[in-house]
Amino acid sequence: MAQMTMIQAITDAMRSELQNDPNVLVFGEDVGLNGGVFRATEGLQKEFGEERVFDTPLAESGIGGLASGLALQGFRPVAEIQFFGFVFEVMDSISGQLARLRYRTGGKHHAPVTIRAPFGGGVHTPDMHADSLEGLMAQQPGLKVVIPSTPYDAKGLLISAIRDNDPVIFLEHMKLYRSFRQDVPEEGYTIPLGKADVKREGKDISIITYGAMVHESLKAAEELEKEGYSAEVIDLRTVSPIDIETIIASVEKTGRAIVVQEAQKQAGIAAHVVAEINDRAILSLEAPVLRVAAPDTVFPFPQAEAAWLPNYKDVLATAKKVLSF
Amino acid sequence: MASKTQNAPLDAKKTLDLVADQFQTLQILNEEGQVVNEAAMPDITDEQLQELMRRMVYTRILDQRSISLNRQGRLGFYAPTAGQEASQLASQFALEKEDFILPGYRDVPQIIWHGLPLYQAFLWSRGHFEGGQIPDGVNVAIPQIIIGAQYVQTAGVALGMKKRGAKSVAITYTGDGGTSQGDFYEGMNFAGAFKAPAIFIVQNNQFAISTPREKQTAAVTLAQKAVAAGIPGIQVDGMDPLAVYAAVKDARERAINGEGPTLIETLTYRYGPHTMAGDDPTRYRTADLDNEWEKKDPLVRFRKFLENKGLWNEEKENQVIDQAKEDIKEAIKKADAAPKQKVTDLMSIMYEEMPQNLKEQYEIYKAKESK
Repeated sequence: MAQMTMIQAITDAMRSELQNDPNVLVFGEDVGLNGGVFRATEGLQKEFGEERVFDTPLAESGIGGLASGLALQGFRPVAEIQFFGFVFEVMDSISGQLARLRYRTGGKHHAPVTIRAPFGGGVHTPDMHADSLEGLMAQQPGLKVVIPSTPYDAKGLLISAIRDNDPVIFLEHMKLYRSFRQDVPEEGYTIPLGKADVKREGKDISIITYGAMVHESLKAAEELEKEGYSAEVIDLRTVSPIDIETIIASVEKTGRAIVVQEAQKQAGIAAHVVAEINDRAILSLEAPVLRVAAPDTVFPFPQAEAAWLPNYKDVLATAKKVLSF
Repeated sequence: MASKTQNAPLDAKKTLDLVADQFQTLQILNEEGQVVNEAAMPDITDEQLQELMRRMVYTRILDQRSISLNRQGRLGFYAPTAGQEASQLASQFALEKEDFILPGYRDVPQIIWHGLPLYQAFLWSRGHFEGGQIPDGVNVAIPQIIIGAQYVQTAGVALGMKKRGAKSVAITYTGDGGTSQGDFYEGMNFAGAFKAPAIFIVQNNQFAISTPREKQTAAVTLAQKAVAAGIPGIQVDGMDPLAVYAAVKDARERAINGEGPTLIETLTYRYGPHTMAGDDPTRYRTADLDNEWEKKDPLVRFRKFLENKGLWNEEKENQVIDQAKEDIKEAIKKADAAPKQKVTDLMSIMYEEMPQNLKEQYEIYKAKESK
């Protein structure tokens, strides 16, 4: 065990897989000598050489195409998009190409590609850095979308993502990169994709969430406890496909639920979670399933982040609304 | 005013003319089938010359039959190829089996001659997943619909070959319109920066649907776009099989020797419509222009060239035509026999292991299908 931040755990996962599989290649803008703009690939080029860990020209679409082509030659690319707001440049390579390769070729070709990208608000980044765009990815058949909230989850999920033989989008919340440390095993281990994690058990209300909102939800759960309510906090970890079983079991137990996301209400994946609960557990519900989400505006100018981003107070207020419905 | 012009830091016209001068059209056979550039003549045997002619005739018949099968509703999506035989087939003829082809949607002939069975090409046209199930050892991607995407992917395939230490190349094709895409530039530029063994072909058939090549760019050649990537570019007479073959052979040689990618512009023409989905070329092309290009027909000049060498005659040509028609009939029959696609089939080719949502939907459709 070692105490690691999430970014260290991510580096550790890549190191583990670079060691484990000679087909793993890590590439992107400034990921080589520089070790990445967030130090996620720090030391990897030095350890594994330029053949395995390398910089690319500044062109996201080209990076996506490079990943496709390298996959066709039997490699296992782990490509970085510097900030996920830049995904628009590479939407075709991801959604139009990688996600469809296995299907289009009837299983003859496949794309064991992991796309890593930071996202998320609260750190006053410039325009187009912090947007939560996981909703776009979650709507594309052929992809899996993973969003860890802890160092332990990040390492196990990233190793699983890299070993997966289909494309995985791995989104790393910038605010969580170095916000806390956690014990992380030094050896390689995996966490199954598509599996949620109950971060806190409770019996009165289910709070279903992911990313930075996991920590806001846990904070809200503590406040609720002071007021005599027991909240169960479910960290989805994979937002596509979602872990229906864990969600429904929790809702059947608590009878009440809210879904919490950082993305705008019209974006993200909360609406999908609500729909699944309505489909499968309506008879268990004491109240409607409400959502905590950001306003339906463009991501805020940095100075307006605090007023705009959902936080534990919003979670608390919405949970109380559902509890007193 | 006059002195101002004299002092201008840039002689714009001179710059443009100097660049254009570097991209003269390579031609080996003229329209009469005469060798006009002996020095550039590729090293090619009589048998290879006959085989190339055979493939060109075969593919012309394949185009005629495909258009008619499409009209009968026995084929689906089809992008006519007549006129582009030299550009498509002489380029493929310069490749080796281990080379990887990333075709555009009009480049079905190349992947057929690289090993994709004809009936699968027909299934691809109809929209059946078995059409994309490329046989093992056949190094091709399925035809790319997103114009430009094949270019960035080619940079990746070529880099992969370089990393594996393979003596092979990745080759890709787009049209004149495709050179306006961002991915066209990014693909060439990536391959250039990585010195990857890639061959980028631009088949300039003068029109992108109805838009003439002049409306794509002010550049006087498309080959010169290689300059932006810092890689060699060459413009060839795309109606001349020997010029196309020589250019690709040369690019391949440089690529496998570690000298990086090449951009090749082939000047060609499609005699038919853009696709069979309702395009009417009489709306945007004159009969005069069609006639002018028909005189340049690659089959006509290559036939003359081979006949003069005593390597071709009507009997040989008729044999090829009969063979093509026979093969096409068989292939269509085989395509007809492919089992109808089920939704459960489509689900099972999405992922290696189905995620929960698909598992659930699979059961629903399996029950539906068993009724």
